[in-house]
Amino acid sequence: MSDRFPAITAPLRAIFDEAERGLSKAFPPQWNPLLNLGALGFFFYWIIVASGVYLFVFFGTGVNKAFDSVEYMTRDQWYAAGLMRSFHRYASDGLVVAMLVHLLREFSLDRYRGVRWFSGLTGVPVLMLVYVAGVSGYWLVWDKLAQYVAIVTTEWLDHLPLFGQPVARNFLSPDSLEDRFFTLMIFIHIAIPLIALIVLWLHLQRISRPRINPSRGLVIGAGLALIALSIVDPAVSQGRANLAEVPGAVGLDWFYLGAYPLLENLPGRATWSCAVAMLLVVAAAPWLPPLRRAVAAKVDLANCNGCTRCVSDCPYNAITMRPRSDGRPFEAEAVVDPGYCVACGICAGACPTSTPFRRMSDLVPGIDVPDRSIASIRADTEREAARLAEGTRVMIFACMNACAAEACRSDAVGVVSLSCSGKLPPAFIDYVVSRDLADGVIVAGCADNSCLNRRGGAWTTDRVERRRDPRLRERIPTERVKLVFAGRRGAAHLQAEVKAFAARLESLGPYRPVRDRKITSSQPGRADA
Amino acid sequence: MPSALSLPGQAVAFAVVAAFVGYFAAHPVYHQVPEGDAQIKLALLHGGARVVDCRRLTAEELAKLPTTERRPNDCSRERVQLVIELSVDGRPIYEDVLPPTGLSRDGASKTYRKFLVPAGRHVIEARLRDSKRSVGFDYEKRLEADLKPWQNLAIDFNAEQGGFLFR
Repeated sequence: MSDRFPAITAPLRAIFDEAERGLSKAFPPQWNPLLNLGALGFFFYWIIVASGVYLFVFFGTGVNKAFDSVEYMTRDQWYAAGLMRSFHRYASDGLVVAMLVHLLREFSLDRYRGVRWFSGLTGVPVLMLVYVAGVSGYWLVWDKLAQYVAIVTTEWLDHLPLFGQPVARNFLSPDSLEDRFFTLMIFIHIAIPLIALIVLWLHLQRISRPRINPSRGLVIGAGLALIALSIVDPAVSQGRANLAEVPGAVGLDWFYLGAYPLLENLPGRATWSCAVAMLLVVAAAPWLPPLRRAVAAKVDLANCNGCTRCVSDCPYNAITMRPRSDGRPFEAEAVVDPGYCVACGICAGACPTSTPFRRMSDLVPGIDVPDRSIASIRADTEREAARLAEGTRVMIFACMNACAAEACRSDAVGVVSLSCSGKLPPAFIDYVVSRDLADGVIVAGCADNSCLNRRGGAWTTDRVERRRDPRLRERIPTERVKLVFAGRRGAAHLQAEVKAFAARLESLGPYRPVRDRKITSSQPGRADA
Repeated sequence: MPSALSLPGQAVAFAVVAAFVGYFAAHPVYHQVPEGDAQIKLALLHGGARVVDCRRLTAEELAKLPTTERRPNDCSRERVQLVIELSVDGRPIYEDVLPPTGLSRDGASKTYRKFLVPAGRHVIEARLRDSKRSVGFDYEKRLEADLKPWQNLAIDFNAEQGGFLFR
């Protein structure tokens, strides 16, 4: 991975890796909040929507009605609307936390530029819209915090030459505020999240199978945490707003309003310049140098039979099928959109023609990534195998984005590097074991549910466990294959797994195909040689 | 890989995050204004006099104009700058010259300022010049007030209501 800011991203990534590792000791991958930030964010979003609809039933739109209705909900109906208010508040905070951690994680993993620009760019308005929605929500309560938020927000807006009359004049004194302002605010508070949902839909357009539905375990865990927090520390108002007084001390929601003391105390020109500059930098980040241009996957029509496996497995919707253009007797052919392709090679791993057994012709699969072709992987595999000494031999196919598998290389262990574990066609495992290039194969990748290319680990597992095409052939005993998803910080774990795997292989003895185990004399291999 | 039953660890993780969210959702408390201070907020939106006085058109001049453009007065667009002063206990805390807004300098001048003063009894005076005169002020108002801590004294301006309004 070639980072743009290694001095920042490397330690940040290390922090995330350690946090993921720590949480993975308690959470299964599908339940791990850090590995399901998108799904967690959507969970919070729907909690906000559901609780917001309930609160709207009781909300009074007006200078006095707003505070009174919220107080009624909080005090008189604490067991229902009051609880809903707390859900609404804390789910909103949870959404911001999930969103910011997601942003930092994607930055640390360098997953926002190159062909991923679309996701990076569309994430910016989502961030802004969530903040606008959140701030407008605090306004609606019309307590002292709302007064502070309203005044600082309008004073900040008034620095722009947009309004003929300063908007902040509406909050000059108690008699200057009108009910209409609350009608406008409730409209904003409802409309903005709906717009955010549309932009979120756009945000997910360039990835396939986005994880937007949290697992049941995550829903239960996060839901219980929300309920517990709402009961232990319910959201309450901070006293009725009174424009004849200054809200001298307010309990800020620092997730939404952390910048407000700066907006209030720094010159407007400085804060607006800073905000616009930050926005431009974040929005332009995908295109800032050094540009990263991965060489996209290429389809070789002579070897493509239109089976659609690559389309099914591509994590980025980069491949589509279209009617055959070369006259061959197949219905369709795969087409790669270079603007979507990150060159992970998962498509090549899914292609049934990516088989190293091919000798009658050049090893050119139906689809492949030029920078790391299937042919080069076979060449590396054979070179590593030739290097291995007598004894129990292990071949590791390691994702280069995961841990440093090179440290495992020895006279008994060969290492072949891949752009993603999903790039490995299962036929390579068959090839290595059945051709006696090694006694067993380890496929090492990113941590469970944390694949840099989204689906590599999952597809590899399904292929090796024969649940997904292309499947590992039945003749390869599963004891001779080991999947190690140790992640980037799991070098020691991988080494331990290699050692244990080698010991297990030794106890298994020489390879015999599953279907022919009784016909030992016909089997080629080191033990028979 | 943990089992789905690693509940204590999960509970601890969720509890830590919930505590983090719960705390920073309302803490630490932010002090916008020191406890012993009050605030004076001055807001003004007012158009000054025109730089060139309006002149009544003669009958001949009116006759020369197209019928749809006939109006009794010929006025320049540009307005004068406002001169504003605010003092507390005789000490000026704000003096400014407010230019008219708009590309043709024909819009209202505006200002919006906040000042912190110690709570207690004060004499507050506001003055505004919106005419072409070079000395003195067209509007002046004086208020003796006992400002309480965190009180917000708003000073607005409305020429039709007599000038400065203390609220």
